[in-house]
Amino acid sequence: MAEKTFKVTSESGIHARPATTLVNQAGQFSSDITLDYNGKSVNLKSIMGVMSLGIQSGAEITVKAEGSDADEALAAIEDVMKKEGLGE
Amino acid sequence: MSEKISGIAASAGIAIAKAFILQNPELTIEKKPVANIAEEIERFQAAINVSKEELSVIKDKANKELGEDKAAIFAAHLLVLSDPELVDAVKQKIENEKINAEVAMNDISSMFINMFEQMDNEYMKERAADIRDVSKRVLAHLLDVKFTTPASIAEEVIILAEDLTPSDTAQLNRQFVKGFATDIGGRTSHSAIMSRSMEIPAVVGTKIITEKVKNDVMVIIDGLDGQVIIDPTEDEIAVYKEKQKKYQQQKEEWAKLVNEKTLSSDGVQVELAANIGTPADVKGVLENGAEGVGLYRTEFLYMGRDQLPTEDEQFKAYKEVLDKMEGKPVVIRTLDIGGDKELPYLNLPKELNPFLGFRAIRLCLEEQDIFRTQLRALLRASTYGNLKIMFPMIATLGEFRSAKSILMEEKEKLVNEGTKVSDDIEVGIMVEIPSTAVMADTFAKEVDFFSIGTNDLIQYTMAADRMNEQVSYLYQPYNPAILRLVKMVIDAAHKEGKWTGMCGEMAGDPIAIPILLGLGLDEFSMSATSVLPARSQILNLSKEKISAHIEQILQMDTMDDVVKFAEENF
Repeated sequence: MAEKTFKVTSESGIHARPATTLVNQAGQFSSDITLDYNGKSVNLKSIMGVMSLGIQSGAEITVKAEGSDADEALAAIEDVMKKEGLGE
Repeated sequence: MSEKISGIAASAGIAIAKAFILQNPELTIEKKPVANIAEEIERFQAAINVSKEELSVIKDKANKELGEDKAAIFAAHLLVLSDPELVDAVKQKIENEKINAEVAMNDISSMFINMFEQMDNEYMKERAADIRDVSKRVLAHLLDVKFTTPASIAEEVIILAEDLTPSDTAQLNRQFVKGFATDIGGRTSHSAIMSRSMEIPAVVGTKIITEKVKNDVMVIIDGLDGQVIIDPTEDEIAVYKEKQKKYQQQKEEWAKLVNEKTLSSDGVQVELAANIGTPADVKGVLENGAEGVGLYRTEFLYMGRDQLPTEDEQFKAYKEVLDKMEGKPVVIRTLDIGGDKELPYLNLPKELNPFLGFRAIRLCLEEQDIFRTQLRALLRASTYGNLKIMFPMIATLGEFRSAKSILMEEKEKLVNEGTKVSDDIEVGIMVEIPSTAVMADTFAKEVDFFSIGTNDLIQYTMAADRMNEQVSYLYQPYNPAILRLVKMVIDAAHKEGKWTGMCGEMAGDPIAIPILLGLGLDEFSMSATSVLPARSQILNLSKEKISAHIEQILQMDTMDDVVKFAEENF
């Protein structure tokens, strides 16, 4: 299992547009990918799940990937986080 | 017997065709036990797949015809249909409870809809409507109910609907949809704006049209006078065909003026510009022969989203408009938000008197981060065309000076960072507050131009809320009080060698145009579709002749006297 914690730096947290990009990216991989925030865990391939968390700026989120392409998946998610200016 | 229904003329032109009523499908969902689970799951997946295919087609079409921005919503809709939390949950439910797909889908999607509706963020609440839209499509397929979408129309029709949603308008085929009428909406509602940019005759806000008409009945849409004629007689059809022909001929006459200058019969040149809200509107500006953009309302960049637009996003939009206008003047108004135009994500407090409250430049001078981001984007875009920056709702010279000095600070920063910024950016103000009109002579020494925003200038001068129907009689554009203020502004500008434009509804009004020309207005900014009619009108007006009557007009007692005089003499 691959795991990484990010700090959300984007001023308005993770809202609709960046959520769409994240979910689209996660959907490219066969691994199970989850997003943990504030004690809740959602499927990162679920747009409604991610948006329902209402992640605000400054939040600590953890992305976990489990499966054959877990490492690649996590690297790709990290890439999106950086490119979209979401967090580090 | 034919019947006439009145509404609001949303888009000019006449259309005669059969009615096509666009209805939300009746979805009656009954719980049924299911014997073959695998088959039921397959049936559900098939409905998802068909819905996805349909949405992809709509998305591509929207991408092509409306631009990437407006198509983004369908990308989100598609993601909902791929959401495992929805799709897998429905399959699970079918399997566990041995129930039919309709019930399972309805239960799970309702759960999500409720969840989003209960969030305390306005933007998130609106997402519930997206999920509802998508589930309805899937349920209609499961129930085998005809989901009437405009995309399925393949004969000439007039669409009648309660209202048209973005996904409806994105699917309209101009070849077949000759016109439309709706129950709700006004001149600035989504469907009305779309009808004008698609140049489809439309009447909105009829209140009862979908109740009154059945499918396949003949209907006439008169988008010139805001009338819908149901089941017209032969004679009526002949009359409207004649009206249609005349309008067509007139449009052809106007079309010849696309590349012409705007000159009065005695050789005085003025500029006819257009008002826009998004870069996509520039196409209409050019097609209608406007000589510039007189008002780019940047609010739309900030609306319908859940966060502020970034500097880069704004830069891209401003650059696109400047690029496409190829050196023609583009007046961009800085953010005019607050009061009645809300941005949920700014969490501004509700006000008792929003039109007199914390809005526009007042908000920008306080929330300087927002303002500075916009100014930087504008400055960076300035090298791509002929940019003019305009501040809205200026009431005092102090406000203008503060706004301008912030602009200069940002310019200096950018230049120090090595970014190119144009040195020829004119900086002007909207004149919409009476104090500014009265002090125009003082302002004229410091601003590069004025643009008179008549909608607000009228409501502030007459102290009449333009949203309140009971005082709508006080909305008097031709009242001598307004005309005198307009004259003060124009004269003050000319004295300092500056120019004055007008960007309210009045600038494109055929009754006002001669008077404004006589007063010496330099630039008229209006809806793109009004530009050619205005040009054709001005070609036949003599500025000298009208000017001789101006003093007399300004001394008149009432608005009615002014209108009567203008109609009889110009």
